[in-house]
Amino acid sequence: MKSVCGRVLPCLVPCLALAAASVTTPALAQGEVNVYTYRETKLIQPLFDTFTKDTGIKVNVVSAASGLEQRIRTEGANSPADVLLTVDISRLEAAVRAGITQPIKSEVLDKVVAPRFRDPEGHWYAVSMRARVVYASKDRVKQTALNYEDLGDAAWKSKICIRSGQHYYNIALFAAYIVKHGEAQTEQWLRGLKANLAQKPSGGDRETARDVAAGKCDLGIGNTYYYGLMMHRNPAQKPWAEATKVILPTFKGGGTHVNVSGVVLTRHAPNKANAMKLIEWLAGEQAQQMYANMNYEYPIRAGVAINPTIAAFGKLNPDPMPLSAIADKSKAAANLVDKVGFND
Amino acid sequence: MTAANATGRLSLKRGSARSPEQAGSNQARPAALAVGGIAVFAALLAIAPLASLAVIAFGQTGDIWLHLIRYVVPTALVQTMLLLAGVAAVTIVIGVGAAWAVTTFEFPGRNALSWMLALPLALPTYIVAYIYVDLLGSYGPVQSTLRAMFGFKTAAEYWFPNVRSLGGAILLMGLVLYPYVYLAARAMFQTQAAQLTEAARMLGARPFRLALQISLPLARPAIAVGVALALLETLNDIGASEYLGVQTLTISIFTTWLNRGSLAGAAQIACIMLIFVAALIALERYGRRGRAFTALSQQGARFPSRIALKGPTRFIATLLCLVPVVLGFLLPAGFLISEVIARGLLVGFEPELIRPALTTVALAAAATALVLVIGFAAIAATRYLRRSLIDACVNVAGIGYAIPGTVLALGLLTPLVLVDEGINAAIRALGGGSVGLILAGSVAALIIAYVIRFLAIALGFAQAGFARIAPEFDDVARMLGAGPATLARTIHLPLVRPAIFGAALLVFVDCLKELPATLLLRPLNVETLSTYIYQYATRGSFEEGSLEALIIILVGIPAVLLISRHADAQIVPNS
Repeated sequence: MKSVCGRVLPCLVPCLALAAASVTTPALAQGEVNVYTYRETKLIQPLFDTFTKDTGIKVNVVSAASGLEQRIRTEGANSPADVLLTVDISRLEAAVRAGITQPIKSEVLDKVVAPRFRDPEGHWYAVSMRARVVYASKDRVKQTALNYEDLGDAAWKSKICIRSGQHYYNIALFAAYIVKHGEAQTEQWLRGLKANLAQKPSGGDRETARDVAAGKCDLGIGNTYYYGLMMHRNPAQKPWAEATKVILPTFKGGGTHVNVSGVVLTRHAPNKANAMKLIEWLAGEQAQQMYANMNYEYPIRAGVAINPTIAAFGKLNPDPMPLSAIADKSKAAANLVDKVGFND
Repeated sequence: MTAANATGRLSLKRGSARSPEQAGSNQARPAALAVGGIAVFAALLAIAPLASLAVIAFGQTGDIWLHLIRYVVPTALVQTMLLLAGVAAVTIVIGVGAAWAVTTFEFPGRNALSWMLALPLALPTYIVAYIYVDLLGSYGPVQSTLRAMFGFKTAAEYWFPNVRSLGGAILLMGLVLYPYVYLAARAMFQTQAAQLTEAARMLGARPFRLALQISLPLARPAIAVGVALALLETLNDIGASEYLGVQTLTISIFTTWLNRGSLAGAAQIACIMLIFVAALIALERYGRRGRAFTALSQQGARFPSRIALKGPTRFIATLLCLVPVVLGFLLPAGFLISEVIARGLLVGFEPELIRPALTTVALAAAATALVLVIGFAAIAATRYLRRSLIDACVNVAGIGYAIPGTVLALGLLTPLVLVDEGINAAIRALGGGSVGLILAGSVAALIIAYVIRFLAIALGFAQAGFARIAPEFDDVARMLGAGPATLARTIHLPLVRPAIFGAALLVFVDCLKELPATLLLRPLNVETLSTYIYQYATRGSFEEGSLEALIIILVGIPAVLLISRHADAQIVPNS
C-alpha cells in the first residue's frame, strides 16, 4: 500500500487545499456585483474594469456558452448571480420565461432606451444592437443592395456560405422571415437558400468571410461587428474583410434584420442596488461608446456615434417588427431548419 | 490454436478460488468493506446527475418527438454511428499498428517514437479542428499555394477535400484519440508473456502471424478499453463536431434544448445516447467473456526481445510511426508556436495567466487523485467481495464519461444544490447563518464533475490491470492467510502500478482539457486555461489563445513522458 498510496495520498491533500485556495468565494458584501454572462469576458472585461474605476464596485464574472439560466434557476434563492448578460432576443425572452428575472425599474434607462429595445414590463433591456447582413465578394458581386428574399433565388446557386442553420444568429434571422412571410413561404425560401449553399453549413461567421475571400462562395451571411473585428483587431484576418463588402439587406418592403445583446436582473439578486448601477451604467454614454468602438456594435443609446467602419456600410434601417415577435417564432424557425434538412 | 486458449489451459482451475464461503468470509474484513463502500459511493456519484436528468426527461415534451423522429433523430443516429465506426477504425489502425511496431521491431528512432506517439493526447480535439480548418481551408496555406501554382482564381474552380465534413471529423478525432488505443495496446504487448511469443517465433511464426494469433487476442481487452474510451470521448464531443458541421446526437441534444426549447426532449435524447454507451460497454464485455488474459507467471512477464529490422524496411517503420506523431501533434503544436511568435503573444505575456494555469493544474491534480483512489478501490472491491451488487455499481460508475460535459453539469447542479440546501438548513437549525452554496458555488462542483466524468478511465485501466494478475496469486496468498489488505499491499498494488500511472496520465490530461462542464460549473472569477482559450475561440480568433493552448500542451507533456517511462520500467513484477 505504501508505494502507491504513499505517493497519491500525500499529494491529494495539498492539491485539494491548493484548489480551494485558488479561488476566492464570492463575498456577498457591499461593493460587489456578480455577473453571469454569455458574452465573452475578453469583450466585456474592459467595460467592467471601467465601471469599477468609475464606481468602486467590484464585478465578479462567470462566462459560459449555455445553461446559465438553468444554473440560476437551480441555484434558487442562494444564487450569487445579480445580472445575466446575453446576446439574442430569444435568450432574453427565455430567461424571462424561466422565471429567473425581476423587473428593472429605472427612469434613467427608460429615458435612453427606446421602448422597442426593452421588455414592456422591464424584465430585459437591450444594451447593444447588431445586424445580420451579407458579406459579398468585392471582385465577383456587382450588386450593392440585396433583399433577404433574393438569397433563396436560384441565381445564387452554389454561391452562398453560412454557419450552422441552428446557430441562434441564423435562427433569429429565419424567425424574422417567418414574421414577415409566414411559415410556408419561409420553408420555400429556406429550401432555395439551402440549394444555394456552396458547402455544408459549418464554422463561424469569420470562416464564412474567409471562404468568400478565397472564392469558395460569393456571398456569406454574417453579423456586422465581425467585419470591424476582422478589419481592425486581427491582422491575419484583415485580408478577409478587405476582399469583401458588407451589404445591408432588407426585407422587401421592410428593413434590415437586427438582434440585440441585453441584460436581465435576477430574481434573487443579492446585490440589487449595485446591479442596478451596473445596468444603468451599461446604457450610459461611456459604455455605449465602448460597445461601438471596441466591439463594433450599434449603440442602443440615441446620440452615441456608430463606429466609422460600421457606419460606412450605409445607413442601417432596422426592420420595425417587435423583437419579441422574433423570439416567438424562433422555435418554428428551428423546426423548419430541421424540416428542410438545412444542415445536412 | 490461439494464445488465449493456451493461456486458458495453462491456468489453474479458477473455480476453486471462487467458493462462496470464502467470498462470504471476506465481508467482515474492514479493508474489503472500505473498498466496497467506495464502489457503492462511486455508483451513487455517477447516478446523481443521471437521476436529475431522468427527472427532467419525464417533463412535458408536447409533440416534439413527432418532429424529432421525422427530421432530427434519423440523421443524428446515422451520423453518430458513422462517426463512431470511423473513429474506431482510425484509432485501431493507428493505435494498434504503432504499438505493435514499437514493441515488436527495432528501428531507427523507435525509442523516441515510442513515447512521442502518445503526445496527441495533450491536445484538445476542438483546437486541432480549428487548426486543420485553418491550414487546409480555402484560405489556408495549402489551398492558397495550390491556387498560385495552378493559376486558379477562386476556391470554387477546383475540388479539394473539405475538412468541415464527416470524413474530416473522423480523421481529426482519430488522430487525437488514437493514443488511448496505442497506450493500452503497447502496455499489453510489452507485458505479454515472452515465452509465448518466443515459442511461436521458434516454431517459425512470422511477425504478422504472431501478431494476429498471439499478440492481438491477448491484447484484446486492453484494446477494447482503449477504443471504448476513444469512442466515448467522440460521443460527448461538441466543440469539434459543431465546428466541422457534423450532426451528432450530442449536437441534437443541444439544439433540442436551446432552439427547440425542450430541455425534457434534450434529456430524452441524452437517455438514448446512454443506450449507445451501454451497448458499447456490453459489446466489449461480451468479447472478453470466458477468456483468461492474465500474465502467465513472473518469469513470463519479461520483455519479449525485439526483431531488428534491416535494410530500407526499418526506415519505412520509422516513417509510418512518424505520420501520426506529425499529424496528431507536431504540426498542430508547431502551428500554435508559430502563432505565438507571429502574434508576439509572449511579449505581451500577461502575468495574470499564471493564476488560471495554477488553477487548472490544481483542479486537475485534485480530481486525478480522487479518481484514482475511487476507481482502483472500486475495482479492487469487485475482486475482494465478488458480489453482483458491487459489479453492478462498477458498471454504473463509469457512465459519466459518455455524458456530454454540459449535460453532466446541468444534471449535477440539482443534487449539488440539494446538498447545499441541506447543509444550510442544518446550520440554521444549529443557530448559524446561511453559508450559501458550499458545493455548487465553489470549485468543489468542478472537482466532483471531473471525478464523475473521468472515473471510467480509472475503472478501465484498473480492470485491465487487475485482469492481468493471475487469480492464482490471490489463491496462494489467501491460503497463506492473507486478508484483502495484505493482498492489496503485497500483490495487487505493485502489479497494477503501471495501470495506475496510465490512468493518472489520462485523467490528468483530460481534466486539463475539459471545457464544457468547467464553463458551466465554475464559480465566479475562476478561469482555467481551456476557458481562456474558449474566450478567443468563440470570438472566431482562436489563434489569439495559442499561448494558453500551448501551456495546456506543455503541462500535459511531462505526464505523457512519465507514463512512457513507467510503462517501460515497471513491467516486471517485483513482489
